[in-house]
Amino acid sequence: MIIYRKVHRVLVQGITGKQGTFWTEKMIECGTRVVAGVNPKRAGESHIGVPVFASAAAAMAKAPYDVAVMFIPPALAKDAALDAIAAGVKLLVVLTEHIPAHDVMAILLAARRAGTRIVGPNTAGLVTPGEGFVGIMPGHNPNVFRPGSVGVISRSGSLGTLVALNLTRAGIGQSAFLGIGGDPMIGTTTRDALAALDEDERTDAIVLVGEIGGAMEEQAAEYAAGMAKPVVAFVAGRASPPGKKMGHAGAIVTGSAGSYASKRAALEEAGVVVVDVPRDIPGALSRRMNEAASGKRAARASGRS
Amino acid sequence: MNFVEYAAKAKVLAPAGVPVPRGALCASPGEAEAAFATIGPCVVKAQVPTGKRGKAGGIRKADSAVEAAGAAQAILGMSIDGYAVGQVLIEERADIAREFYAAVLTDFAACRPLVLFSTEGGMEIEEIAAARPDAVRRHWLDIDADLGERDARAMLAGLDLGGAEAKITAILRLLYAIYRARDAELVEINPLALLKDGRVVALDCKFTLDDAAAFRQSELAAAGAAEKLTALERRGAEAGLKFIELGGNVGVLANGAGLTMTTMDVIAHCGGQPVNFLEIGGEAYTKAEAGLGLVLSAGNVKSLVINFCGAFARTDVMADGVVKAWEKLKPAIPVFFSIHGTGEDEAVKLVRERLGTEPYDFMEDAVAAAVEAAR
Repeated sequence: MIIYRKVHRVLVQGITGKQGTFWTEKMIECGTRVVAGVNPKRAGESHIGVPVFASAAAAMAKAPYDVAVMFIPPALAKDAALDAIAAGVKLLVVLTEHIPAHDVMAILLAARRAGTRIVGPNTAGLVTPGEGFVGIMPGHNPNVFRPGSVGVISRSGSLGTLVALNLTRAGIGQSAFLGIGGDPMIGTTTRDALAALDEDERTDAIVLVGEIGGAMEEQAAEYAAGMAKPVVAFVAGRASPPGKKMGHAGAIVTGSAGSYASKRAALEEAGVVVVDVPRDIPGALSRRMNEAASGKRAARASGRS
Repeated sequence: MNFVEYAAKAKVLAPAGVPVPRGALCASPGEAEAAFATIGPCVVKAQVPTGKRGKAGGIRKADSAVEAAGAAQAILGMSIDGYAVGQVLIEERADIAREFYAAVLTDFAACRPLVLFSTEGGMEIEEIAAARPDAVRRHWLDIDADLGERDARAMLAGLDLGGAEAKITAILRLLYAIYRARDAELVEINPLALLKDGRVVALDCKFTLDDAAAFRQSELAAAGAAEKLTALERRGAEAGLKFIELGGNVGVLANGAGLTMTTMDVIAHCGGQPVNFLEIGGEAYTKAEAGLGLVLSAGNVKSLVINFCGAFARTDVMADGVVKAWEKLKPAIPVFFSIHGTGEDEAVKLVRERLGTEPYDFMEDAVAAAVEAAR
């Protein structure tokens, strides 16, 4: 479970903070079913119409939820995540950036043992246009997100927003936006997100927004090679110098590993169309979708004859 | 955050009980000469956080106090891999029988700690792994587990370590304990030397602290080596901004790492060169004013692209910072905007009214215009 659906009930950890409050209001406005919040000091109160509990565990007992999203600072992120995992949450969206690496490993380990799906850390969240969003994306902005059948995967929130905006301006709606996070260690990889959209009935084509660093695009390319749905990709960081972290802790090229050239070659080898600038994504996508549709028609026609 | 050898040994290895040679940190030839009196025949080593010291001539032997002073004289003030050498380590010379490699590091792909050991010490681990892949022993473990006696011994099985095996087992276990207790990204001993007198000693140590954990390792973090930054990059770091100078002439201000890298990519695609990487996304979106000041302070800025696509970061807040900085600094260069996402209506209005500029609908057009203007 990676794609948010309206049936999913959401817990907001850190709901009473400035950002927690602002984004919870946006999520509710967008249709997201926020059923509970957490703040140990405000347990028993209601905040912007949402009941507040002392812990994720206490919330689960009184107001069961499927998804939890964390507006929690780095130093407290591990405890909050372990609380939600132990409470039995199915999907945990970790927005926090700069969580100590040892804590990230502890969160991912606990999630693996409990069967919890982690999205992030350092993700901008998940948007399902027409249903809701979980995180810090402009899911409520109709200029950016429109319902449709194209899935978008991005490590970056800002670049993901630009890509969704370009699609919407070109008249192409989205089935889901999956922000997977800019950290080097994340719970849901590009490949995991690609597989989820491949299996999703409402998704006909996919835009993959990659970044230099790591090997996630190369792994995703292996999966893409066997896909029938069209995939178009843009990989950020072609002009970035090696050996420097470009803002995202994960976006660093050391030696030849994780380079733009390696990622582009792997994706193109797998039949993915890689564009040079974000503006070219909608056009490339439309061409690939038309090709796929005419391919299907041709296959049907030859099947009849 | 990286540490120089001396700090890694004195602050990390020795307190945990890993044997290290006797040594003294010296900042002048006179201090080196005096240190020789207590240390004896020694190695004089440049203290900079880079692995290129030996090849650069930053490590020399000395058999007398005069030689120690001479070596220090030669090494102090050297520039190695961009780091100025301000201190040397005078360390007792070891009588080496065998050299090993031992390390614990975060395996980012596996999301688990990884313990490494090899009997081929002295070379870079990448070289060892390339030359003799089977010479590197690897052991992954869960972050909540300890490296047990049995696990450590299993890593060393069949390596014919003789009497050193027990000592190395203990050192591997200490290394893992250090890695956990000190929030390490990497703790590496290379070489780990078996001396002719039977001792096993860490002759060199590389230690990298996870920057994100510095808040709970503050005493240790204070002993970390300063990053190799330009004056402007340092000013950025002090303001809490990630600023990297890139040497081109088209200035960049964008929010979010992904969008900033993409802005640089499109500049290159249009045949231009970016002045900088600077992202004011995430929590930094309120720092547009400071950010713009940095970009404009870089030399040779001929034009500027401001590319905002607000998700978490509010474009109205960022645009307000830009307008304030612009009115204060009154830069004489053309600026090209693209603004979308959270707060865009207010942001566009602000830029239009206060700076008399109409943002471009597509970032690619804003970038193309900026590259053209910089020619």
